[in-house]
Amino acid sequence: MTARCQIPSLTIAQVREGLAKRQFSAEELAREALSFAAAENPKTNAYLHFSPERAIAAARRVDEKLARGEDPGPLAGVPVAVKDVIITKGVRTTAGSKLLANYVPPYDATAVIRLEQEGGVILGKANCDEFAMGSSNENSAFGPVRNPVDLERVPGGSSGGPGAAVAQGTAVVALGSDTGGSIRQPASFCGVVGVTPTYGRVSRYGLIAFASSLDHIGPFARNVRDAATLLEAIAGRDELDSTSAFAPVPDYAALLDGEVRGAKIGLPREYFKGLASETGDLVTRGVEVLKRLGCEVREISLPHTDYAIGAYYIICTAEASSNLARFDGVRYTFRSAESATLSDMYRNTRGEGFGAECKRRIMLGTYVLSAGYYDAYYLKAQKVRHLIARDFSEAFREVDAIVTPVSPFPAFKLGEKLDDPLEMYLSDIYTITGDLAGIPCMSVPCGKTAGGLPVGMQILTRHFDEPGMFRLAEAFEKAGGFGG
Amino acid sequence: MILSEAEVRYVADLANLRLTEDEVHRMAADLGEVLTHMEKLNELDTSAVEPMAQVLYEAEETATWREDRERAGLGSATALENAPLAGAGFFKVPKVIER
Repeated sequence: MTARCQIPSLTIAQVREGLAKRQFSAEELAREALSFAAAENPKTNAYLHFSPERAIAAARRVDEKLARGEDPGPLAGVPVAVKDVIITKGVRTTAGSKLLANYVPPYDATAVIRLEQEGGVILGKANCDEFAMGSSNENSAFGPVRNPVDLERVPGGSSGGPGAAVAQGTAVVALGSDTGGSIRQPASFCGVVGVTPTYGRVSRYGLIAFASSLDHIGPFARNVRDAATLLEAIAGRDELDSTSAFAPVPDYAALLDGEVRGAKIGLPREYFKGLASETGDLVTRGVEVLKRLGCEVREISLPHTDYAIGAYYIICTAEASSNLARFDGVRYTFRSAESATLSDMYRNTRGEGFGAECKRRIMLGTYVLSAGYYDAYYLKAQKVRHLIARDFSEAFREVDAIVTPVSPFPAFKLGEKLDDPLEMYLSDIYTITGDLAGIPCMSVPCGKTAGGLPVGMQILTRHFDEPGMFRLAEAFEKAGGFGG
Repeated sequence: MILSEAEVRYVADLANLRLTEDEVHRMAADLGEVLTHMEKLNELDTSAVEPMAQVLYEAEETATWREDRERAGLGSATALENAPLAGAGFFKVPKVIER
């Protein structure tokens, strides 16, 4: 089989073609992909552990369907990495935390079930910041992930493992989760495509909750079409998540027709002011490409942008402090060794189990929800969230899409920002607003800095206008947005 | 804004979180810095703004209703598989009430 040499650059279309032409079976591809990933993984630590039994079983189901002449699904045989905050029945799921180091979930996340129903082959679980809290993947209890583009640098976070695996070629596509930029920022840092769909587009059932009103599951891929195909496979109403949306799921890939002439694009001045950097230059060049494609570009304003970090970190920590209360030593594997009373057991388990960033967020969230502070912080933040969401709905009366940078800077060095939590929080400025509003947003590669570091361009559209977002991104990609 | 170490200990108590002395010290500085940034929200007059607790889009009010029908649960044996300590079909914890 010749699949091995192609594995690092495989696309979904190539897997489909290879299977159709009998160049390889799904099982052969799964075995090759697993052995390639196992050999390459020590460089980046992108995977925490592999799930070979599950992968081979899924691949065999694809081969059996092919042998019977049945349609094995749009993801047939495609090797996938799944972020380790998305639970997998019988396959250890740690959320990057010491607390869940030995947790083996008794059921599957809905996105995982759908992915396998459509033929996807899960190779293993991808590293991430503990409970998805971080912007550099340095908060994993199982060691940081290194950026395959430059091993001295972070891959971004919190979905650093999925981003690095797709960039490194140890997965064709991956599932990540995004609460404040955790898909788009690592996609930007690693030079791949990352998509945060509309809130509710993909069921959160089986996603270990961080901030429930902001959490999304979404795809990573090496091109826009693959990301669209993966999203279509996992999207749609799920009775097990009451916030999942009823809106029908379009055939995203079929809608990639390159028709972007006349599309109205807004550049929010608040996102470009003071962005005198290589990142700013690359995104501005990306905007020139969109103009050449016939898009009408105009400046717009999202006036409450400066308040987004404050609102976001109040809401997400408040929700996190509540969601993480369940990790108390009673149900989920880890318990502090010696505690005389129940109360001590809770305290010791949580004190020993959680890492520094989780503790910080639990403390912040508990503080902003505590008696006397609820109105001043939490309620205030929810009101500001409304203003930020309104900024977007007003902007979308004028324009069809908004284009911005993803991160103020490209991948930084490991350890560089670890000592300053506020500075790390502030770096999320361009990505958190999309999560607060619940609109679809994605990062598409738009070139590299002189030092060879990838930079992503963010595209945001109206609720459920993933087709418009993908169309723009794909036209941009085809026009050479990638090359830089 | 400065958070005292006493306040940090009070909040850690609410959160059921054991912190070391070093952590308390560090937390007072880190939280104070972040809370100071959050005070920026007070520049905005939000008296006429409704809080947004959840992302909203067009749907019928009863859209999330469903048939009430029986569905198999995990079963206690499966549910207990990840328990640090279990017995007789229950999660076991340190003694709460003295005899």
